[in-house]
Amino acid sequence: MNLSNGKGSMSTSTSGAGVSDQFPVGLRVLVVDDDPTCLMILEKMLRTCLYEVTKCNRAEHALKLLREHKNGFDVVISDVHMPDMDGFKLLECIGLEMDLPVIMMSADDGKNVVMKGVTHGACDYLIKPVRIEALKNIWQHVVRKKKNEWREIEQSGSVEEGDRPAKPSEEADYSSSANEGNWKSSKKRKDEEEEGDERDDTSTLKKPRVVWSVELHQQFVGAVNQLGIDKAVPKKILELMNVPGLTRENVASHLQKYRLYLRRLSGQHQTSLNNSFMSPQEATFGPMTSLNGIDLQTLAVTGQLPAQSLATLQAAGLGRSTAKSGIPFPLVDQRNLFSFENPKLRFGEGQQQHLNNNKPVNLLHGIPTSMEPKQLTNLHQSVQSLGMNMQANPHGAQNSPLLMQMAQPQSRGPILNESAGGHVPRLPSSVTQPIVTSGVAGGILGRNGNADNGRGAGYNPVLQNSSMLNYRLNQTSELPSNSFPLGNPPSISGLTSKGAFPDEVNSEIKGSAGFVPSYDIFNDLNQHKSNDWDLQNVGLTFDASRQSNNLQGSLDLVHQGFSGSQRSIQGRNQSNVVKAMFALGDTDHGNSQNITQNLNPLLGDNSIRVKAERIPDVVTESSFFPEQFGQDDLMSALLKQQEGIAPAENQFDFDGYSLDNIPV
Amino acid sequence: MERNQLRRQIAVMRQTLFDQGFLDEQFIQLEELQDDTNPNFVEEVATLYYRDSSRLIHSLEQALEKSPLDFNKLDNYLHQLKGSSTSIGAKKVKAECTQFREYCRTGNGEGCIRTFQQLKKEYALLKKKLETYFQMARQAGPTQAACRPK
Repeated sequence: MNLSNGKGSMSTSTSGAGVSDQFPVGLRVLVVDDDPTCLMILEKMLRTCLYEVTKCNRAEHALKLLREHKNGFDVVISDVHMPDMDGFKLLECIGLEMDLPVIMMSADDGKNVVMKGVTHGACDYLIKPVRIEALKNIWQHVVRKKKNEWREIEQSGSVEEGDRPAKPSEEADYSSSANEGNWKSSKKRKDEEEEGDERDDTSTLKKPRVVWSVELHQQFVGAVNQLGIDKAVPKKILELMNVPGLTRENVASHLQKYRLYLRRLSGQHQTSLNNSFMSPQEATFGPMTSLNGIDLQTLAVTGQLPAQSLATLQAAGLGRSTAKSGIPFPLVDQRNLFSFENPKLRFGEGQQQHLNNNKPVNLLHGIPTSMEPKQLTNLHQSVQSLGMNMQANPHGAQNSPLLMQMAQPQSRGPILNESAGGHVPRLPSSVTQPIVTSGVAGGILGRNGNADNGRGAGYNPVLQNSSMLNYRLNQTSELPSNSFPLGNPPSISGLTSKGAFPDEVNSEIKGSAGFVPSYDIFNDLNQHKSNDWDLQNVGLTFDASRQSNNLQGSLDLVHQGFSGSQRSIQGRNQSNVVKAMFALGDTDHGNSQNITQNLNPLLGDNSIRVKAERIPDVVTESSFFPEQFGQDDLMSALLKQQEGIAPAENQFDFDGYSLDNIPV
Repeated sequence: MERNQLRRQIAVMRQTLFDQGFLDEQFIQLEELQDDTNPNFVEEVATLYYRDSSRLIHSLEQALEKSPLDFNKLDNYLHQLKGSSTSIGAKKVKAECTQFREYCRTGNGEGCIRTFQQLKKEYALLKKKLETYFQMARQAGPTQAACRPK
């Protein structure tokens, strides 16, 4: 499959074309269709077009291939109706994770279906039977995408000047021709000078990609948060990050994606909020934080978090620790929330909603799906309480990390319901469970040491509601906990105001290496169907653990625990937990500031605990934020992250994660 | 020569399949894909099609025996069958699938069962014809070139 660049060999022609004479020969195509007859015919047709073809009859397998071979494919062609996964879902996953052009095809030519393809981001839609003539031109989508990438970079470059307000990443490329004209004219020269070399290199279709590793991304998010999502211009981000060899262009394009991700998150959160109410705090906090942070940020950035969701999130985060009141939420909680939410959102809801809109959201949902109703209610309650707290004003004392908070199902229960609005149900079950509760939650995130609070309990819900929660978290500036370092006003709605928060949060979340990896993992997981969840999570967690020495031991344990329990669908939660653990434990990496610090100690202890508890709980809960998280830190980190959240896509590019472990 | 005669026969048979509506343009697309590297490509595809679709036919049969009829499920199978049939150019089979789906859409169980019988008939008929055709083609050797029906 890796054509050593069939394209690579292309001679660099004009910057515009960037294609060699040979192109599109050797275009690497991945075909996904459950119909073997069609698959065979397509393969033959594509081969006749001199493309490099890889065929696949299962969507999950296709995703696995794509993940294992990043940059190994140029375009994906997928059928709409497939038994194991909806083609549109796959489309979204790919768009989120790999940002490859995807062409849909189907015997169904109804306008609705075609429209669905468009809205989900398909580059093209082919009606079966597919003719070879139609396939001959698919290379245009690859070229177009690259071209747009370029434009993104150019445009991002202009952001540096601060002239551009946070451009909606989605249209970033084309914000307005007038704008573009201005940017280009004024900056082009400058950009060209600065990046002239880079440009030349990229004149070929594929420009050298910077690998956004977990750490790098964490640094990025931290920088963005620090600057404030509105003010985050590539140049300043670059300066803050201070990474040798990183160009403003890289940062700009990454920022673009991050923004996109945030927007999607917020959009998705809105839809998915209802579904997954996560009681994120606990369990999945660890790994999820990175995710959450991002999601939250996105949410924050887009400011779209529905008040309800935000409240929920906050509630969840805050409420986790002990009873509704008095849960010290400070940053930590928020963070937890965020992280939970993200992963939860993705995982739980998974496929459906999240995928559609926000990548980040998906991640979260996937995580906790197995929350038991009871737990959910708890979560809801706590979430609600959180929300209430937050809004009213921090409750103050909510120490227990978000994760743990959930553990207090009872108090939370009602809250969740209220705020969650329905989706809560999912969370509770998992939330209450120990996944996190056991030591994991406490250990990992447990800043406040509310381990008792039921770490596990609240976790899952968080995940599920991730989308919602994420929003909340981002916006959390409101977190009731007094400790919010950022001291953002409880107003859920104004993310921007919180600005500081997200940054902090993000940075923190990102900080810990552990987080980031998990984040991505979660994302990936989310994208996957539930079936693969467990496995994936497990695998992912391992990776994460690799990063942190101390975690290793625990990870293994957890992993084992996970594997066992994960096999079941619930495993998702577990993985989340594990990830969280990792995330937490991985402070080594980090640039994360407080959180990592907090996490480390926590993780060490908790990991073991987590494991033990997790196994049984894992299934049920995904939340396991250690209560010990420095709430303040978390919150700030979360907030920070929120602000600067770039489209999730970038995260996916991290090489830090080796998904290879995931048994599919 | 006998060979030429055989070839002529094959050509005629092939033409008939088109004329009688058993096959359509898509089949020609497949033939055009056939080349030296894949001299029996069309036959391979047809074989694969029959193997895969027999499973679908069987599922349809079973689903039709249930009561009440699960139209959604039926439609699902049909969608798949239609997709495959379309890809191979099985015109009549495809038409029956469409009709069948229409009955499913309107919830006409009686119509479904009736159409299914038709479908099976067309399906089997085409299979037989193709088998004969391919057999002859193989005998004639790989010089068979695709030509569009008039």
